Amino acid sequence: MTSQLVLSLISGVFIAGSAAYLGTLMLSRRMAVVAGPLGHLALPGAALALVYGFSISLGAFPFVVLGILLIWLLEIRTKLQMEALTAIVFATGVAAAFLFLPIGKAEAALIGDISKVGVRETIASVILGAVVVIAVNRSYSRIVLISIHEDLAKTEGVNLKLYNLVYLLAIAIIVALGVDLVGGLMTAALVAIPAAAARNVSKTLVQYGLASTAFGVVSAIVGILSATFTSLPAGPLVILTSAVIFLITVPIAKV
Amino acid sequence: MSEILLEVKDLEVTLDGSPILSGLNFSVDEGEFLTILGPNGSGKTVLVKALLGLLPYHGELIWHKKPVIGYLPQGLNQMSVRDMPLTVKDFFALKKLDRDEILKYLSLVGLESGVLHKRAAHLSGGEFQRMLVAWVLASRPNVLFLDEPATAVDVAGGETIYSLLRNIWQERKLTIFIVTHDLNIVFAHSTHVLCLSRFGRRCYGAPKEILTPEVLSEVYGADVKFYTH
Repeated sequence: MTSQLVLSLISGVFIAGSAAYLGTLMLSRRMAVVAGPLGHLALPGAALALVYGFSISLGAFPFVVLGILLIWLLEIRTKLQMEALTAIVFATGVAAAFLFLPIGKAEAALIGDISKVGVRETIASVILGAVVVIAVNRSYSRIVLISIHEDLAKTEGVNLKLYNLVYLLAIAIIVALGVDLVGGLMTAALVAIPAAAARNVSKTLVQYGLASTAFGVVSAIVGILSATFTSLPAGPLVILTSAVIFLITVPIAKV
Repeated sequence: MSEILLEVKDLEVTLDGSPILSGLNFSVDEGEFLTILGPNGSGKTVLVKALLGLLPYHGELIWHKKPVIGYLPQGLNQMSVRDMPLTVKDFFALKKLDRDEILKYLSLVGLESGVLHKRAAHLSGGEFQRMLVAWVLASRPNVLFLDEPATAVDVAGGETIYSLLRNIWQERKLTIFIVTHDLNIVFAHSTHVLCLSRFGRRCYGAPKEILTPEVLSEVYGADVKFYTH
C-alpha cells in the first residue's frame, strides 16, 4: 500500500465518518438537503483554490460560512421555503464558480480528488473530523431536543443560539472537508445517505449514530480502495458505495 | 390562605405589528389549577409564551417565587419524533435520567416498563401524551404550563389526561396553567379560569361563579351551548 493511499484512506475515513454522524442530526431536523446548496456554494472557493494552488477545503470554508449566513438571512427576510432558497443558491454557486474556474480543471472541484491529498490536509481532516464528532456528541441530546420542539428545548434550559451555532459550524466544516472527498456536487449525499441507511436499521438513537458513522467509514474505505483498482475517481465511488449500503437496508427498514 | 405566585400587570404582546394582547391584568395564587379559555385566535398560546419569556412583551410579570417551569407546547406531537429512531428511553435520556427514574415517572402516568423500548412514534396517541406529561414532570417543576394537551387524543383519552393531571396536581401541590377551548374541562377540573376573546371581553375567577352563559357568548361572540354538570 502506497503512502499516498494511506493518506487518502485516513482523510476519507475521518471526513466520511464525521459527516455521517452529523448527518443523523441533519436528517432529524430535515436539513440533510441543505448540505447540497452549501457544497455548491463552496465551488467558487474550491475553484479559487485550484487556480491559486492551495487546499480545496481551505478555499471552500469561507464560502460555506457565507452560504450559511446567506440562507439564514434569506429565510428570515423572505420567509421562502428552504427548497426555494436551495434552488436559488444551488445554481448561483455553480455559475459563480465557472466565472473563473477553467473547465478543464473543474473535475476536482465538482467530484473531489482525495487521491492526491497531502500530509497537511490529512492532518487537518483528522483534527477537524474529530472536533466535529466530539462537538456533535457533546451537544447531541440538546440538538435532538431542539429539533423535536424549539420552545420545549428553551424551557428545559437549552441555549438555542449556542447549539444552533455549534451545529451550523459543524455543517460548515463538514461541507468544506466533504468537497475534498466527493466534490461540491455530492456533499449532500455524504451526510444524507449513511444517515438514511442507519435510520432504516436502528432501533435507538445510539444505534442510529453508530450505524451511520460505520456506514460512512465503510463507504470511504470501499470507495477509495476500488478507485485505486479501477482508476475511476474516488468521490463518486464513495457515494455509490453508500447508496448500495442504503439499498441493502431498504428491505429490513424499521419504519 | 395561599400566596400569590404570579402577578401580571398591563401585559401587552404585539406580533408582526398587530396587537394580540393588551392591558391584561390578573394574578395567580400558588396551587391554582388555572384554565386559560378562549376561542381560536384569542391569544391563549401567545399569553402562555409571553409568561414563559418565549415572546417579547410590554408590562410587568412578577414571579413572587422563582418557579421551576415545566411546559408542554402546542403542536408537540408524534410527527415531531417521527424522523428519528427515538425510543421512550432515548427521549428520557435527553434529560440524563436513569432507568429507575424513568420507570418511576412512567408509572406515575400509568405507563408500564414495556413502553421503554418502543419508539415514541409507535405509541398510541394517548400513551404518547401521557409519556410527555411524565417527561415534563421529570424535571421536578412546581409550575406546569400545558397548551392544548389533549388535541391529539380522542375524547376518552383527553379525559384520562385531564384526570391524570388533576391527580398529579393534588399530590404534588403544583400550580397548573392549561390552555384549552374545551368548556367541559374547565368545570370538571379547574379551580380558576381566565377567559380571553377576540372582542376584548375577559373574565377571571372561579368557573362556576363567572362562566355564565352571557359571559360565554360574549367571549365566543356567538351562542354557545353548554351544560354545567
